[in-house]
Amino acid sequence: MTDSTATAPAPAAAPALRVRRTNPTRSVIKHIVMIAVSLVMIYPLLWMIVSSLRPNDEIFRNPSLLPLSFDVSNYVDGWNALAQPFSHYLVNSTLLVLGCVIGNLVACSLTAYAFARLRFWGRNIAFAIMLMTLMLPIHVVIVPQYIMFSQTGWVNTLVPLILPKFLATDAFFVFLMVQFIRGIPRELDEAARIDGCGHFRIFFQVILPLMLPALATTTIFTFMWMWNDFFGSLIYLTTPENFTVPLALQSFLDSQGTSNWGAMFAMSILSLVPLFLVFLVGQRFLVKGFATTGIK
Amino acid sequence: MSAVGELASLAKRRSKGGPKEKHPDNRAGLAFMAPWLIGLLVITILPMIASFALSFTDYSLIAPPEFTGLDNYKEMVGDTRLHKSLVVTFIYVLVGTPLQLIVALLLAVLLNQGMKGLSFYRSVFYLPSLLGGSVAISILWRQMFGAGGLVNQLLEAIGFTNLPGWVSNPDTALGTIILLHVWTFGSPMIIFLAGLRQIPQMYYEAAGVDGASKLHQFFHITIPLLTPIIFFNVVLQVINAFQSFTQAFVVSGGTGGPSDSTLFYTLYLYQKGFTQFDMGYASAMAWLLLAIVAIFTAINFFVSKFWVFYDD
Repeated sequence: MTDSTATAPAPAAAPALRVRRTNPTRSVIKHIVMIAVSLVMIYPLLWMIVSSLRPNDEIFRNPSLLPLSFDVSNYVDGWNALAQPFSHYLVNSTLLVLGCVIGNLVACSLTAYAFARLRFWGRNIAFAIMLMTLMLPIHVVIVPQYIMFSQTGWVNTLVPLILPKFLATDAFFVFLMVQFIRGIPRELDEAARIDGCGHFRIFFQVILPLMLPALATTTIFTFMWMWNDFFGSLIYLTTPENFTVPLALQSFLDSQGTSNWGAMFAMSILSLVPLFLVFLVGQRFLVKGFATTGIK
Repeated sequence: MSAVGELASLAKRRSKGGPKEKHPDNRAGLAFMAPWLIGLLVITILPMIASFALSFTDYSLIAPPEFTGLDNYKEMVGDTRLHKSLVVTFIYVLVGTPLQLIVALLLAVLLNQGMKGLSFYRSVFYLPSLLGGSVAISILWRQMFGAGGLVNQLLEAIGFTNLPGWVSNPDTALGTIILLHVWTFGSPMIIFLAGLRQIPQMYYEAAGVDGASKLHQFFHITIPLLTPIIFFNVVLQVINAFQSFTQAFVVSGGTGGPSDSTLFYTLYLYQKGFTQFDMGYASAMAWLLLAIVAIFTAINFFVSKFWVFYDD
């Protein structure tokens, strides 16, 4: 399950499909079940999209996806409903995601190389500790972290959310990359060493170029998680001009209550668009990263 | 190997002892590990120690912490909102996690039978689990299960009347959040699918020759061989479920209402620590959470001896 991630760029599904004698009735029933489940799964999303293009009163009268109306005024309303235009929060979220992606790529890959390839004192214990931090609830550290960052004056900036990523605190990605590097043939490192390369050159010139799929998975997951991040942002970002998209949506809900669903839906849809695009582009990396390490 | 499996085998290896290892890369190791080591110390270990110490104090950020011994823990024993939040969280974990995993397993098994359109269905089922943690989806949920929301409109269309607002009724509010959790079954489903592909086809062929029914094959081949994956999913989903926050926060508007029926443990911890700034109490709560998660994980590992089947 893990080694295949190193080499196979093909979708995981393709080779394993089992060909059986197909009983046509059973196959039809199966498809009916699957389509029914798909509809239940996807209906709320489609309805939210359709409703975001409807006038507010219709949202509470029309549970169907038809008739399609196309009224973009909800988007205009929502864009300007808060203290800042919505683009402001999109920019904040983008900065947050960008910082976290860079941090995770740099710090986790360095750490993973050490765990996978270097023999140093205490490696196994460090590795076990790293795996345990994977399961540690963030709540056990959040209060002192908050106190620490409030003393350095970084509360209400993105620093407390980004800085930990540069210190490889997302053990999930370290583990993902360790698994990946273990799948890269050691002969490649050894050949480079015989040619006189030190560890830094082996890392940068041999390992890094070969672990691009793992870096892609890390980028996509970090993007998804930080774009959705709520708990950390809620604690650290205190004034509206620093809000990220999830906080902006939450404050929208607080301020307009339940009176302006259309505009709220419109901005919600807007906030999901980047996730959906990343999902489309990066689905195979996501599926693979999942199957390897199994964490949402 | 999964993170869970890796940890188990590391524990075994350590107890075995073995020949003394050489460490030729100590200096490079330190250089490569430096960010992680600093992070471990500054972001994890020191805050953990501080959090443990704070749990014996009264601290509100303004005045310096005041040592109060076991007062926070004593207060927790008598705190009825805390008890309520534990009940809510346990119901969520103990109902939501099995439901989600059963749906995930069933659909993974169905999808694995060489269906046409597998990748389409897989994408459709997987997408909600990527979006489910967002505030946007929680907002949608709040509308859907509100008094005049989508769900009631659909139910009215087929003849129901006098429908409640599901999120504003203390008896059903938690149920809507559990439903949201089940809706995100896509991520464990993907892990199950990967596991199902590892089961050699010849087992089924042999069983088929011996006349075993499909149902028999499912319970005597698929399930036993999948138990390591099921175990892995259970451990991780339980740990995740204990820490759920966003959905309850958004659906209840940050209150945990109506009448504390969606007061998740982490939500109460947030209220104590970051709206009332009772940092000492919040720290004590955090340690109780860690203890609960650790106990659950330990129980999972212990019980796994009796039902997880390793094929090696």
